[in-house]
Amino acid sequence: MGNDGVSVSIRNLSLNFGAVSVLKSLDLDIQDGEFLVLLGPSGCGKSTLLNCIAGLMDVTDGQIHIKGRNVTWEEPKDRGIGMVFQSYALYPQMSVRGNLSFGLKTAGMAKDEIAKRVARTADVLQIEPLLDRKPSQLSGGQRQRVAIGRALVRDVDVFLFDEPLSNLDAKLRSELRVEIKRLHQKLANTMIYVTHDQIEAMTLADRIAVMRSGQIQQLDAPQTIYSRPVNRYVADFIGSPGMNFIEGEVVLSDGAPRFRFDGLDIPLANYQFDKAGAQAGQATFGIRPEHVAVNSGDDWPFSASVPVEIVEPMGSDTLVWSRLGKQALTIRVSSERAPRVGENVTIGFDPMNASLFDAASGDRL
Amino acid sequence: MADVQTLNTVAAGMDPAADQLSGPRGARPRRVLSRRNIFLYGTLILVAIYYLIPLYVMIVTSLKGMPEIRLGNIFSPPVEITFEPWVKAWATACTGLNCDGLSRGFWNSVQITVPSVIFSIAVASVNGYALANWRFKGADTFFTILIVGAFIPYQVMIYPIVILLREMGLYGSLWGLVIVHSIFGMPILTLLFRNYFSSVPEELFKAARVDGAGFWRIYFLIMLPMALPIFVVAIIIQITGIWNDFLFGVIYTKPDTYPMTVQLNNIVNSVQGVKEYNVNMAATILTGLVPLIVYFVSGKLFVRGIAAGAVKG
Repeated sequence: MGNDGVSVSIRNLSLNFGAVSVLKSLDLDIQDGEFLVLLGPSGCGKSTLLNCIAGLMDVTDGQIHIKGRNVTWEEPKDRGIGMVFQSYALYPQMSVRGNLSFGLKTAGMAKDEIAKRVARTADVLQIEPLLDRKPSQLSGGQRQRVAIGRALVRDVDVFLFDEPLSNLDAKLRSELRVEIKRLHQKLANTMIYVTHDQIEAMTLADRIAVMRSGQIQQLDAPQTIYSRPVNRYVADFIGSPGMNFIEGEVVLSDGAPRFRFDGLDIPLANYQFDKAGAQAGQATFGIRPEHVAVNSGDDWPFSASVPVEIVEPMGSDTLVWSRLGKQALTIRVSSERAPRVGENVTIGFDPMNASLFDAASGDRL
Repeated sequence: MADVQTLNTVAAGMDPAADQLSGPRGARPRRVLSRRNIFLYGTLILVAIYYLIPLYVMIVTSLKGMPEIRLGNIFSPPVEITFEPWVKAWATACTGLNCDGLSRGFWNSVQITVPSVIFSIAVASVNGYALANWRFKGADTFFTILIVGAFIPYQVMIYPIVILLREMGLYGSLWGLVIVHSIFGMPILTLLFRNYFSSVPEELFKAARVDGAGFWRIYFLIMLPMALPIFVVAIIIQITGIWNDFLFGVIYTKPDTYPMTVQLNNIVNSVQGVKEYNVNMAATILTGLVPLIVYFVSGKLFVRGIAAGAVKG
């Protein structure tokens, strides 16, 4: 469509391995300078999609456009992409400088230009002291920084990250996460980032594409995905601890929709139904643990008294495992207000924050 | 707080310094002459002697003169050390028409082994690299055929190859034998290299492709420097295999171009005259020297190459 603002455009992309279809006619437009995260469990096709964009895998059908150019049949080096891998994939026998300049040398660039680019990249990533070391002499964090540098030095339009932080420990991961975000703000390049870590996805992304078995389930801003998931799969995948799901049915009494389960009854007057509006039928009521208030004393549209079964302190928060009707309910409370096991507490929540899904299809109601 | 204090008083009552140091501490003591050790080292020494006695007999015999050998004490060390048999074996022993010893066979073997090793490894490493990293159409079929090739008995192919070499005009020449060795080394070497390159992380290969490197650039600049251990293994396998080969040597060459092993056989099995055991022993050791030296020099590298699995990046 020749859209100016679009950096990467994936049109009707399919990939089959024999009889197994890994990507199913996928469409995706990524804006210029956007940070897009492909999120999903392992085997959902997110890394495969990235490899297709990079040109490392041949697609079965469909097109890939980068910067308005159809690159479907082009070699990786001609696509204007740089890629960062989970295992760093640094050339073990070359120094850091050698790793950074390998691509430029291959492209036949002049020596002084290569030196200039390497110096600039090393400056951006603060790896100047490491330039003459071998990868085996670097720590995991430093290696990944060099790997990012190898993509950076080539001055490309689009950065592809394939789970770049998965091999690092938790502390380094959060450090490098911030660094990648800072890098994106500074360079304003298009970045496509594959991860199965929802924290990375939420913190880094302008938009998240949640994937499942080769299809994009939802493509939205992180906050939208979090608060208004399009189906039960997305709702379940995003958020830790996970959303509470309560099975029951929507009934219309005197025109007002209510959610009924195990003899309890939640008024749905505040709930924003989809275009179709409220309809009676089997449904799943989803509420996030942090949207349930405990002993707040406020007047909630729904409140009940529930027993405390297990208490899990997590530092800043405490997770309370309880039971609403016959169904499990987890509640997140601040640690200083944590109840004790065996107590009964009064909980309350507003269905405005909740999500309702059709019991059969799992789609949002 | 109360709990911690109670603990402290209990600990103080036990007088820790005296009590805790008297019990077992540090590494467990082990007896040098335990039954296990005696059995273990006894077995090892016995087996070592069993394997070394023939070598001992050979060396000792090769240093004796014929009169001393006729006494029949094969285990006794030489009374009078003589290097005459060695010189004879190398320079003047007769095989058929020629009487210039093993030296001719040695140089023939060198001329056969060096090009065969270089050529077969060069081709097989590229084969293995292509099979492991560039999944071309029919790669699996090709690989299966190659592996099946490794299991076909040599004897089946002897006569067809004779005809092939004759038609090519290479029958009886050193180059003909070089080609035969290269072909027969191909299946096992390709398998060796393919498996090694398969263990190199795939992402490394992808990264090189994103960096714009093609088939040969990735092979020479990325893969080759990482594959040194497996090259050493391949070189050792090929040198010893080709040097020790007898069957192909005797079939595809002529007396002028016989490799060392064939010449050795001709010296040892010659029927006319006296059996010169000392010369035979010296000739045998001389022939086996090259693989022996290769093992001694590269033993450590060989083990490292065999054990080399994942390449740490």
